Amino acid sequence: MTEAFSLKDCALIAISTGQQAQTLRELLDRIQTTNKSCIYYHFWGGLLRPRFDDPEFQNDFAIWARHSIHDKALAERLALINPTDYKDLEDLRSEVVDVIEERLEESETLSYVMASSRFYFVRSQIVVFDTGRRFYDPKELAGLIPHMSVGSIFYHFIDARRRTPSGNDDFTEWLNGIDDSCMPLKEQISIIDPYFTTLVELRQELACVFARHFDLRGS
Amino acid sequence: MAGLLAEYEAIVGPDVIDQLRQLARILDGMNVVHVNSTKEGGGVAEILHRLIPLKKELGINAKWEVITGNKEFYQCTKLMHNALQGNRADISEEMLRNYEETVKENYEGLQRHLEDADIVIIHDPQPAALIASCPVRKGKWIWRCHIDVSHPYRQVWKYLRYFVSQYDASIWSLSEFAQPLPHPLYLIAPSIDPLSKKNIDVSSDDLEKVCMKYGLDPARPIITQVSRFDRFKDPVGVIHSYRLAKEFHPIQLVLAGGGASDDPEGEEVLAQVRFAADGDPDIHVLMLPSDDHLTINALQRVSDIVLQKSTREGFGLTVTEAMWKGKPVIGGDTGGIRLQVINHHTGFLVNTPEGAALRIRYLLKRREKLQKMGEKAHRFVLENFLITRHLREYLTLMVAVMFKRQDRIETQ
Repeated sequence: MTEAFSLKDCALIAISTGQQAQTLRELLDRIQTTNKSCIYYHFWGGLLRPRFDDPEFQNDFAIWARHSIHDKALAERLALINPTDYKDLEDLRSEVVDVIEERLEESETLSYVMASSRFYFVRSQIVVFDTGRRFYDPKELAGLIPHMSVGSIFYHFIDARRRTPSGNDDFTEWLNGIDDSCMPLKEQISIIDPYFTTLVELRQELACVFARHFDLRGS
Repeated sequence: MAGLLAEYEAIVGPDVIDQLRQLARILDGMNVVHVNSTKEGGGVAEILHRLIPLKKELGINAKWEVITGNKEFYQCTKLMHNALQGNRADISEEMLRNYEETVKENYEGLQRHLEDADIVIIHDPQPAALIASCPVRKGKWIWRCHIDVSHPYRQVWKYLRYFVSQYDASIWSLSEFAQPLPHPLYLIAPSIDPLSKKNIDVSSDDLEKVCMKYGLDPARPIITQVSRFDRFKDPVGVIHSYRLAKEFHPIQLVLAGGGASDDPEGEEVLAQVRFAADGDPDIHVLMLPSDDHLTINALQRVSDIVLQKSTREGFGLTVTEAMWKGKPVIGGDTGGIRLQVINHHTGFLVNTPEGAALRIRYLLKRREKLQKMGEKAHRFVLENFLITRHLREYLTLMVAVMFKRQDRIETQ
């Protein structure tokens, strides 16, 4: 028998670490030593906290490089880092460090530029709770996705990538345990880019993919 | 029976409310006490007026207690407030002793509630010293700081830190404000209540009546700043901006403020504002009762542009209120205003009266831009700054403090 999909939900609460940076060199030093949950927060936390729906850059390091250090080149390079490309947060941290070090080597003056506002390192606690809902049939799940909270979307589609051994989202993991009829659905899910979007948009994209697969539109 | 939550569901959607119910189940029956120093006036009281019934509806046994004090007590706490916001304000030993004694007297009346509570949330400096009177604490004590403490006057912060460091956690509106303390520093932005009298829809008849009552001409542009008469809100700077923009547009300025029972400095600032207005019939300085929410609501709605030209600001709920009403906001480039006013999208951030005047002129000239910015501002508040988000974060924090330092908390 297929294992049930347990629908969970989560909420994130931000915690100031008290660490801050006023120059790019300070930012680099802090990134190298800060708790990896800060790296997670500054890449993904924006999805669950107040922010403008269409920010110029997706991660906090890029935003700070652009608006506080006023270095467009660095901002663009940091913004291009896609956190889903890295197997864990240490790899992601290492990539951020490389990009900043490379830029500091290119421009000596950047070491001395004082930021117009400081970078504050924030981590988060995530509270996960079970909604008590269980699904055995992917079609049943398809009907629910449009009504899921954004917390559930975050938990099953974003947070899952650091929980599951394969780095997959929970939907794909669950569908892996079901027969091959869901292969096209898995392929469609795999091409959803979770980074340049909001959780509401992600929910819509997922709902569309499931609806198309099960031809739910007319039903 | 449909309760408060059902009313919010119509605004934010069923998924948001369902999530609150799920989260609150973990906290079912828990005793939570909030303590502040005023029942009316100011953003803290407004938030608590709605948060408490919402928590109750979610099955949490929430209470709200208010401490009281004599004139000297409020003078002292006002000085503390100003000092935390960066003003060099020396507070005499005598005032501090009176502060501590007043808080201790208040504790005697609250002792039973505070000792029995699972979670105690103390708001701002006024009741902060309560913790020193309660050495045996059953629950977790959290200090909620609503003000901008990014550059506090050190002497006063050092005094308060002695009390605040005894708490199990603290909550700050922005990471810029958080001061180093030996406990987790949670970050929660405040919110507004879309169902409160300050924010509900107002009929066009009622809007007209308010214009008539205060002598406002709806055919000419109206620029409004709503805030306490407080130096940090820079009301005199707003009058300067108005005069600079007035040369180009026939604008009217409304400076509307309510008093708060814990703010003895308001009268003095109000006198300075009246002096600066110098009898200009297009400057309307309105000292409104703190509970005249419908008038404030209507004034924001009849305005073309809302200003919040603060030089220091905790969060700036009046900014949120104006944005909810679809108004672009020209705000001081400080504190929580930065979190809400997204330059060129939901309004403009400015640093001087000249900057504010420039943006007033721009928006009045570019009416289509004004309209679009207002729409974006409304949507931004809907998604980020309503009380339902605030409540979710409080509930999350309440679960989190029980598990202290874990990054990931899996509940059953």
